[in-house]
Order: sequence, then C-alpha cells, then structure tokens
Amino acid sequence: MSYLPYAVAAWICLWGIAGIATSRNLIHLAVCLTVTQSSSYVFLLSVGYVSHGKAPIFIGTKLGSTAVDPVVQALALTDVVVSVAVIALILALALDAHRLSGTVDPDELVDVSG
Amino acid sequence: MTWIPPLLVTIPLLAAAVIAGLDHFMPDRVQDALVIGVSAATTALAFLLLWDAESHEVVHWFGGWQPRHGVALGIDFAVGPLAAGMCAVIGLVVTLALIYSLTFLHEAAKLFDSLMLVALAAMCGFAMSGDLFNLFVWLELMAVAAYALTGFQVERLGPVQGAVNFAITNSLGGYLFAVGIALIYARTGALNLAQIGSALSHGSAGGLVIVAMTLLFCGFLIKGAVVPFHLWAADAYAVAPAPVCAVLGGVMTDIGLIGVARLYWTVFSVPFGHGHAAGDVFLWLGIVTAVLAGTMAFLQRHLKRMLAYSVVCHIGIMLAGIGLLDSSGLAGTELMFLAHALLTAGLFFVAGILHVDHGLIDELHLRGRGRGCWALALAWLAGTLGLIGTPYLGIYLGHGLLDAGASRLGRPWVPALLWFASALAGAALLRAGARIFLGWGDEDDPLLGKSIEEDPLERHVLRPLVLGVALTAVALGLVMSIVPGLGQRAEYAADRFRDTSGYAARVLHGRPLPPPQSLPVSIEHTSLESLLYGSSATFLGLGLALVGLYRRRLPGAVSAVAGRTVAPPIRVLRGLHSGVVGDYVTWIAVGTAVTGGVWALLLHG
Repeated sequence: MSYLPYAVAAWICLWGIAGIATSRNLIHLAVCLTVTQSSSYVFLLSVGYVSHGKAPIFIGTKLGSTAVDPVVQALALTDVVVSVAVIALILALALDAHRLSGTVDPDELVDVSG
Repeated sequence: MTWIPPLLVTIPLLAAAVIAGLDHFMPDRVQDALVIGVSAATTALAFLLLWDAESHEVVHWFGGWQPRHGVALGIDFAVGPLAAGMCAVIGLVVTLALIYSLTFLHEAAKLFDSLMLVALAAMCGFAMSGDLFNLFVWLELMAVAAYALTGFQVERLGPVQGAVNFAITNSLGGYLFAVGIALIYARTGALNLAQIGSALSHGSAGGLVIVAMTLLFCGFLIKGAVVPFHLWAADAYAVAPAPVCAVLGGVMTDIGLIGVARLYWTVFSVPFGHGHAAGDVFLWLGIVTAVLAGTMAFLQRHLKRMLAYSVVCHIGIMLAGIGLLDSSGLAGTELMFLAHALLTAGLFFVAGILHVDHGLIDELHLRGRGRGCWALALAWLAGTLGLIGTPYLGIYLGHGLLDAGASRLGRPWVPALLWFASALAGAALLRAGARIFLGWGDEDDPLLGKSIEEDPLERHVLRPLVLGVALTAVALGLVMSIVPGLGQRAEYAADRFRDTSGYAARVLHGRPLPPPQSLPVSIEHTSLESLLYGSSATFLGLGLALVGLYRRRLPGAVSAVAGRTVAPPIRVLRGLHSGVVGDYVTWIAVGTAVTGGVWALLLHG
C-alpha cells in the first residue's frame, strides 16, 4: 500500500485551511473551501482504489475478477452535491456583501463582534 | 411500527418540495395550514414512535435490505427512546416556531416555510440514523437550510456576515467529518455504526482510528458550538429572525451533542471504552465551554447574542454530562436537552416580541420599556429560572442526574463548576429582564461594549398569538422537571443507548430486547446536594444580576480592585470573538490538532 495519496490529501486539506484562515476575499475563500473539500475526494479515491481493478460494472464480468470499490464513488458523488449547494450559497452571500458594503474582504465586513 | 421513522423525514421533505414547487399558485392560508399541519403531524408521529420505542428498538432498513448473518447491507434508521424523544421535542419546537412566524414576513414566507420543514426533516433524520455516512448527509442538509435561514434578511450587512461565518465554519466541520468517514471506511469497510463497532472490536485500534475519531468528533463539536469551535454561534444567532433563532438555539446546535453520544457509544467505546480518556476530554471541553460562554453572556447587551451565549453555556453543561460516560450523566444531558430546547425557544420568542414592539433589541436601549408587559416579564423570568435550574424547574432534574453521576464517579467538583456556569448565564438574563421590565439599573454600562441595533424583520405581528406561543414554550420547558416518571425513563433510555453490544445485536441480528421492567410513575427525587446547588445557583444568579445592574454603586475600593483583575481577561475574551472568519477557522484547526494530540497521548499504546 502506498502512503502517497494520503499524504497528498492531507497536504491539500491543510493548504485549503491555511487559505481560508488568511483569505482577504470571500470568493477566494469559497475557492479555498472547495480545495479543502477536494482533499476528501482524493482521500475517498485512494481508499477505494484496487490495483488492476476494473470499473464496478458487473454485467458480463467473470465471478472473482477484481473491481474498485463502488461505495466510495457514491460517497464522493454525495460529497460533491453537498459542496455545490454550500459553495453556491456562500457565493450568493458574497454578492450580497459586495452589494451592501462594496467589499468582499471578510475583515472589513465585521458588523458585530465581542 | 417500523414504518414510522422514514415518515418523520419524508413527510416534511415532501411538503417542503410541494410548497417550493407551488410557490405561485398556493393561497397563503392554505400554505400556512399545510406547513403547520405537516409539522404538527410529524410531532405527533414522533410521540407515537417514542411510545413504541419504549419496549423495543425500532429499526427500519430502507428498501428491505435486511442484514444477512450479521453483515449490514443496507441503510437503517435505528430508534430507541432517546432518539425518539429528541425527534418529539424537535417537532414541538419547530411547530411552535412556525406558529410564531404565521404572521411573519409574507413576501418571503414561501421559502421560509420550505426551509424550516427541510431543517425539521434533517434534524429528525440525524437523530435516528444508524449509518455513519447518512449522519453526514443529514448534518449537511440541516446546515444548508440553517445558513439560508440565518442570512434570510440579505438587505442588511449583519445577517450576511453571520451567515458567511456560520456557513464557512460549519462546512469546514462537515469536510473534516467526511475525511473521518473515509478513514473509518478504509479501516473497517463498513458504514453502518453497529457494523463499524463490531469491526473495531477485533485487534488493536491504532493511530488511524484515533485520527478518525478526532475528525469525526470535531465535526460534531463545531456543529455543537463547543469551545474553541463556538465562535460562529453568536454571530449567526444575533442576526437571524427570532423563530429561526429558536430552532437553531433550541434544537439544531444541541443536536451535534447527540451525534457525539451516538458515535461514542456505537463505535468508539469499543476500542477506547476501557479508560476515561475519551470522556475526560469531553468533560473538560464541556466545563470550559460552560464557564467561558456564561461569562460571555454576562458581557452582552444584544438580547439575541446574550441568549446565544447562554445556549453555548448549556451545551457545555450537556457535553460534560456525556463526558461522564455513565447512564446518569447521559440521562441528565437528555433531560436538559428537552427542557433547554423549549425554554430557549421561549426566551428567543420573548426577545423577538420585544424587538417588534419597540424596534430595539439592545438591553440598555430597552431599559424600562417593558414596564407593564406582565405576560412577557413572567415568561422571561420563568424561562431564566428554568435555565439556571432552580429546584424543580426546567433543567433542574437533568442537572441533578448529572450531579449524581459525577459524585458516583468521585468527581464532586464537576457539578460545582457547572452550576457556577449556569448561574453566570442566568445572571445575564436576569439582569436584562430587570432592566427591561422593571427599569432597574444604570442607563449606560461601558462593560457591555458598544451598542448594536437592528431593525426587526417581523411586521404586522398578531400579538396574542406570538405571546401565546412564547408562554407555551416556556411553560412546557418549565414543567420538564416535574413530569412524573420522566427521570426514570430517561435513565432507562440512557442505559439502552449506552449498551453497545446490545445495540449491535438488536440492529444486526434483530435480537429482541429483554422485556423492560415497569418503571415507576413518580417525580424523581434528587440528592440534597443538588437541591443546595440549585438554590445557591439561583441566589448567585440574582446576586450577580444585581451587581451587573448597580455596579457603579459598589464601594470605590471594591470596584477598583475588580476593575484591575477582571478587565484584562475580559478584553482578551472579547478580542477572541473577533467576528473575522479567518480567526475562527484558525481556532478550529488549532482545536482539532490539540484534541487529536491529547487523545493520541492518552489513548495510544
């Protein structure tokens, strides 16, 4: 088993979080959120991948032939759907923020604190 | 009656789709009737499910994919009395919130109703799910509905900021949770909670499981607004409309804790249940959350922000109850959830009514304006006393069970700290009540920071109706400690919830539950210790409220010393709650890393 895909996923995830933490632009921030999320896709793919496995479509395949795990692709797909909704919402809010205050910098958007 | 659990989810979801789809054709009255009817029917079904779940585990396998030879093939809802009770109170709070918003903002009401019903379905699904990935899906569904409900009033900046902070922090939590699921799936090849538990019972757990546990629990703790993941909560609640706050603060935030308990007792108590390390982290996080949020509540002047911190404070107390890892603690948490949900909803409704009546939400601006509104004043006072846990009111019984659990484990200092925290949060609410309804206290107080004012979203409110809803919510929450037999049933439910191997046997092998012994129907008595703690917390709350009101009249020496010792930490605390989402995300990263590090030290090898 190779550890490389896991290291890549962790790397992407941490850079995404660093990007969110330091972002000065809501659109950039939404992209960073997508980056963080894409680490979970890499993760899921590396979990489900089987060396020399075929796509998990079992019509006409012999019993005992190897296939990649079909569950993780369902998980990844659900993950994508969820993130699309969230990102759309954040982008819509970024538009509203720009309309209301002329800026998309989260540091300047602070209306309430403490 | 295994047909009930899916209905709790499908009925509200279908109705939400119908309302959104027939947006332009449906008359308002029909829509109002449909929404409230659906929500009330869901609540009624949840009560029926609660009655049914007393004697056996209600397990529904979707599409009839039953487990074969103890291997789960399909996806299930597994409902015991604890989950069913949660669903019932969730339904109750959402129904009250929908009745409250009957006369509320007509032009956008269609989407509002749809979103509320989606949130209701998602919360019920979350409470009942027996599948790890489905927990994630329900979590995200309720989160998306909640972001949209928070940012409902997009023509103002505050709601946009609140919704952005809420959406980003909670989505990040969701993604951490997703990675945790992938790790668990990689290790066990299972997604069913019972199945994962049995897979982890063989062999040593190892570092991978600890990392997965950290990511999964931190995902829930972000949702549950536990320190240091709580920073989004006040920003979001301060700006959401009152009925949304009632649902968010009453049930949706707290439900993250049910996720923690569910996950611990189905999955992680198998590899890590021999010691107290996992629970101690929850216990300490809970205590820190309770004390810190109680303090923050005392420093607020915006009523909804104050209530938000009060919610976070009680979440801390409930998490500490889970962290005790025994049946008494869990039963206490459960009872506190029930009472706290209704009381908090009631107090948010009162704040909403004040907001509409006067166009103000700031404690100092509202000073003396509530004179003569006896019904509102009564609801506020009763709700506050219930939240402090004055003997035999509100959360008292839950707190008492938690105390019993803590002293049985030889940790008598836990209840003392938790009672102190609830007195702090209660003091803030009592101070605000005295200032608003009696006109006591000074006109200005620099301790409370700068004023934040906003226009109410609600218009043309039918006052007797909303007042009735607020009083009903507070009254229902208040009597939770004296419902005969509830305490004993909560302990029985907690026993069943904690029985990991029994749960697996019931879900995977369909083994019937041994017939439960008949439980007494009497008011459970708490220890003398709790009685003393409860009364002293009430007096402490009253005392602190008076200090908050008449701070200036303290002798000069006292206030000089207090100013020197208290002012710097308060400044630091306020600085931490900066309202900048980047800071919040940094805290999430640090909190997750520290939690994981502590677990790795304590649990590994």
